[in-house]
Amino acid sequence: MIALGIEGTAWNLSIGVVDENRVILVEDRPYIPKEGGIHPREASQHHAEVIGELIRSVFSKIPPQKIDLVAFSQGPGLGPCLRIVATAARALSLKLNIPLIGVNHCHAHVEIGRWMCGVSDPVVLYVSGGNSQIISKKGGRYRVFGETLDIGIGNALDKLARYMGLQHPGGPKIEKLAKNGRKYLKLPYVVKGMDFSFSGLVTASQKLYDRGERKEDIAYSFQETAFSMLAEVSERAMAYLEKDDLLLVGGVGANKRLKEMLKIMCEDREGNFYAPPTEFMGDNGAMIAYTGLKLFLKGRETSIDESFVKPDYRIEEVEL
Amino acid sequence: MLGFMKVKRYIGGEAEVIISEVVEKIRKPKRYRIPEIDEELRKKRTRSEVRIMAMARKVGVATPIVLDVEGDKIIMERIEGEAVKNVMDEEVARKIGEAVAKLHRAGIVHGDLTPMNMIYNNGKLYFVDFGLAFHTHDIEAKGVDIHVFFESLKASFENWEKLKDAFIEGYSCYERAKEVLERVKEIEERGRYIDRSKYEVNR
Ligand SMILES: Nc1ncnc2c1ncn2[C@@H]1O[C@H](COP(=O)(O)OP(=O)(O)O)[C@@H](O)[C@H]1O
Ligand SMILES: [Mg+2]
Repeated sequence: MIALGIEGTAWNLSIGVVDENRVILVEDRPYIPKEGGIHPREASQHHAEVIGELIRSVFSKIPPQKIDLVAFSQGPGLGPCLRIVATAARALSLKLNIPLIGVNHCHAHVEIGRWMCGVSDPVVLYVSGGNSQIISKKGGRYRVFGETLDIGIGNALDKLARYMGLQHPGGPKIEKLAKNGRKYLKLPYVVKGMDFSFSGLVTASQKLYDRGERKEDIAYSFQETAFSMLAEVSERAMAYLEKDDLLLVGGVGANKRLKEMLKIMCEDREGNFYAPPTEFMGDNGAMIAYTGLKLFLKGRETSIDESFVKPDYRIEEVEL
Repeated sequence: MLGFMKVKRYIGGEAEVIISEVVEKIRKPKRYRIPEIDEELRKKRTRSEVRIMAMARKVGVATPIVLDVEGDKIIMERIEGEAVKNVMDEEVARKIGEAVAKLHRAGIVHGDLTPMNMIYNNGKLYFVDFGLAFHTHDIEAKGVDIHVFFESLKASFENWEKLKDAFIEGYSCYERAKEVLERVKEIEERGRYIDRSKYEVNR
């Protein structure tokens, strides 16, 4: 069975095609803002402009009649972007006369990670621009055990980068700078049980910049502090839930230092650390296609009437 | 130690806990974080854990008595009983509410209120794990304290809504309960409706 999935909750418009065994193709049309962060309206305009061409390009590689179902990111995300994606998915479903499946974006990150790493019941650390959560299965549902009390880690990295005059996206630039950091500058470390917060950390880092500290040292200190917090809450969740496997997903999961810290943490408690290949960590269409396929095989389908977008869709609401 | 009891070893979120006739809680260095962060956290948490456990007992919340502290190790009295996680019901939840009211009235924020950090024995409720605790009269901090507890109920118990109501019933003896519980609601909403206009690019 072959599923096509459309992802477009925020910056990346992406289509993936998968079957039960492998990813057949992924094609991206990312929106890259000229300055600053994402402007929802601009992002949705971008998606609207390129989605037709993207679908044609995909169908030039795989004939539409081979597709058995179409899945789309129903939320959470930016309303205007979600609507573009949902509209395209509904149109494809009607035109090709194939089932439609709405997929929760966070759920899709978790499912593709589990699939690629072959891990059945992990504690999941999900880190992206807008989201930072500790997720795990409990009582037949995914539950959020801990999360940011203010902004996502990706968002925090971008904010700091922009303040230091770096171009978007900031995450990779902070990572690069941090490699040359030598001095640890004290920053606020905020963990509340399995919850955590980054906004105070951003403000304090900005102050260090105003004070004339080196960018490299600030980037280094920021990463060490923020990632230690994430490793700590991940470990607390593993202890609390008595689970030995940790799975890292989401765009910020590309960061090598974060991966290294989590790996060491798991090793030291005799647990196992998993992370999917980097190209499947950030937002991508394959994760939507795969999750849609999985849900469909369990008998799920989304009627056109139920296919309205859900900008605040929580993973806890997903019926597995 | 004396060696007539079975020793239980537990690797928790941040410490190793060895339970025999007494309990040893050791905050070993964490290799994943740099020493500058690690040493400071371990020192700070060990110190404040000891201090706040004593403070809590003074305001009528049962905690283990500390027998000795050396470096990153706390030796404390062993509390017999069941982890609240295994005996939770509405009665227990109400008692937790009453105890947290006492803590908050005294300006003690626990910082990791979960049913794993409470021990129940013959109707008596003990609190442990004060490593993330601190002293404050800030409403926001108390709100987050309760938010963390509610989240842990949601994650662990099917009947979390009833347990939450029972907790609130117990907590309401605190003069500022209304104000704090209002704030808890606000914190919940904040989490649910993260402002998506702030959703930014990251790859
Ligand atoms: N004084 C004590 N008496 C009996 N059991 C204890 C005591 N202190 C801790 N424990 C048990 O050990 C576990 C871990 O201790 P805790 O202080 O919570 O460490 P961590 O910070 O690693 O979670 C607790 O959940 C509890 O079951
Ligand atoms: Mg504990």
